[in-house]
Amino acid sequence: MNLCALTFHEAREKLRKREFSSHELTDAVFRRISETDDKIHAYLTLCRDAALEQAKQADQRLGQEPNFPPLLGVPIAIKDNFLTRGIQTTCASKILGRFNPPYDATTIKKLRAGGVVFTGKTNLDEFAMGSSAENSAFFPTRNPWRTDRVPGGSSGGSAAAVSADQCIAALGTDTGGSIRQPAACCGIVGLKPTYGRVSRYGIIAFASSMDQVGPMTKDVEDCALLLEVIAGYDAADSTSVNRPVPHYTDALTGDIKGLRLGIPKEYFVSGMQPEVDRAVREAIRLLEKNGALIEEISLPHTEYAIAVYYIVATAEASSNLARYDGMRYGYRARAKDLTETYMRSREEGFGPEVKRRIMLGTYVLSAGYYDAYYLKAQRARALVKKDFDDAFQRCDAIITPTAPTTAFKIGEKTQDPLQMYLSDIYTISVNLAGLPALSLPCGFDSAGLPIGLQIIGKPFDESNVLRVAHAYEQSTAWHEQKPNL
Amino acid sequence: MKLTREDVQRVATLARLRLTAEEETSLTEQLDNILQYMDKLNELDTSQVAPFTHAVDLVNAFREDQVTNQPDPEALLANAPERYETFFKVPKIIE
Repeated sequence: MNLCALTFHEAREKLRKREFSSHELTDAVFRRISETDDKIHAYLTLCRDAALEQAKQADQRLGQEPNFPPLLGVPIAIKDNFLTRGIQTTCASKILGRFNPPYDATTIKKLRAGGVVFTGKTNLDEFAMGSSAENSAFFPTRNPWRTDRVPGGSSGGSAAAVSADQCIAALGTDTGGSIRQPAACCGIVGLKPTYGRVSRYGIIAFASSMDQVGPMTKDVEDCALLLEVIAGYDAADSTSVNRPVPHYTDALTGDIKGLRLGIPKEYFVSGMQPEVDRAVREAIRLLEKNGALIEEISLPHTEYAIAVYYIVATAEASSNLARYDGMRYGYRARAKDLTETYMRSREEGFGPEVKRRIMLGTYVLSAGYYDAYYLKAQRARALVKKDFDDAFQRCDAIITPTAPTTAFKIGEKTQDPLQMYLSDIYTISVNLAGLPALSLPCGFDSAGLPIGLQIIGKPFDESNVLRVAHAYEQSTAWHEQKPNL
Repeated sequence: MKLTREDVQRVATLARLRLTAEEETSLTEQLDNILQYMDKLNELDTSQVAPFTHAVDLVNAFREDQVTNQPDPEALLANAPERYETFFKVPKIIE
């Protein structure tokens, strides 16, 4: 049996029956990493010794606790923008220097309490700014399906690690598509929960009105299981919402009869790769065959979403990243006075895309431009949100492509930032409106690259999103295909 | 309205970013290009629309003012670029 290829629910069942130990499972995952990561470069930091020790402890608990927690002994990878106590955290930036977090993010604390085995920290675009993982200050991650392609971003390392069986599941973050777009590019399942559903305490902030944490997994059931563990109220995150966490797995019945699915006409326009268009339409037909009611809807302000997003997100980023001043932690350049120290530390510590966004964000917030850009964008954002409110009067979930194309070539879009931004066209409206959305595999293009289907839900209705995704997955075999490494 | 090199220099100072001459050139062009794309929003009449504030309806999130963690100066100072005894050592601020 190829242990590292197991899903989390399969591994859990076999751990329960003692078919193998967590130590054996963890060892298999690390063997897989050493065999494949020189091609993929998914990880920034590996925690082999600590992981094998955590696995040993998990094995003891497995023997002693009949009702052991669901994630006990399962190897999970973490995007390197989560604070992990005692494990260096870089956010794929040089500005953090040799930062060793003095505390754990709330989600990490939950996983630790559940006995998870941490494989390591995965690569990302610096400060989660990008759609290809090429903006990492260290190295680009490659797509396991074809190593001349990007894995998507910003959670490209987590997506590639799940796809290449270098972990059983992973955590990512999503501000404009950073879980869903790489999930689509790498042929895995990724969910961005509702804004407020999962605590962001201990996540390195990018754009605080949109950042969310979510699971990246090999199938929909794993996604539901992992969400159940990380979701919930946290007093340490003032934007977290205090409402009960449902048993998401209860929604995985396969029954979608009578569920109303909206298809936004604005999402099927020129610029989409024809194979993506075909695969998504085929998926919609399959959902209809399984009993869903398909209805065309309109999200009329879709074409403004990218402009709104890149104003709001950069404004928030310029403010959030003002804290990197080289005083209490992180990189400090040697300079003659205080101002020079700030200017040079930030010059040497930040990469080009981060600088570009800090500049853009500072500009749109600066005196004389605030009303024209930032306030205008927040007004337009209200219209984007209202589009969804109106649409959800008529449907229970919305079906779209996750990205307009499959994974593009490494280097293809790095010279043109605007082209890179346009690859987020189907995912960012969801963040602007704070909604839950999931991407799962729905086919392959002629180059053998995975295609992603996006399912968008009402606020806090992750259950129906997972229900539709699971029903689709049950009637297809895309998720069973593996890259040939 | 065209973004100028002087605009870029002014914003870089506000953002405490030192830029090289080449960076100033490329950022002037790239940011101008991006801002022109943003001008698309002017097609929208938003005079009757209240600006978006929050994705979920939350009012103030109050909690009791209680100490929940013990201060650990060593853990915090461990990441300091420079320290002096139990202080962060920083460049001189007042001459």
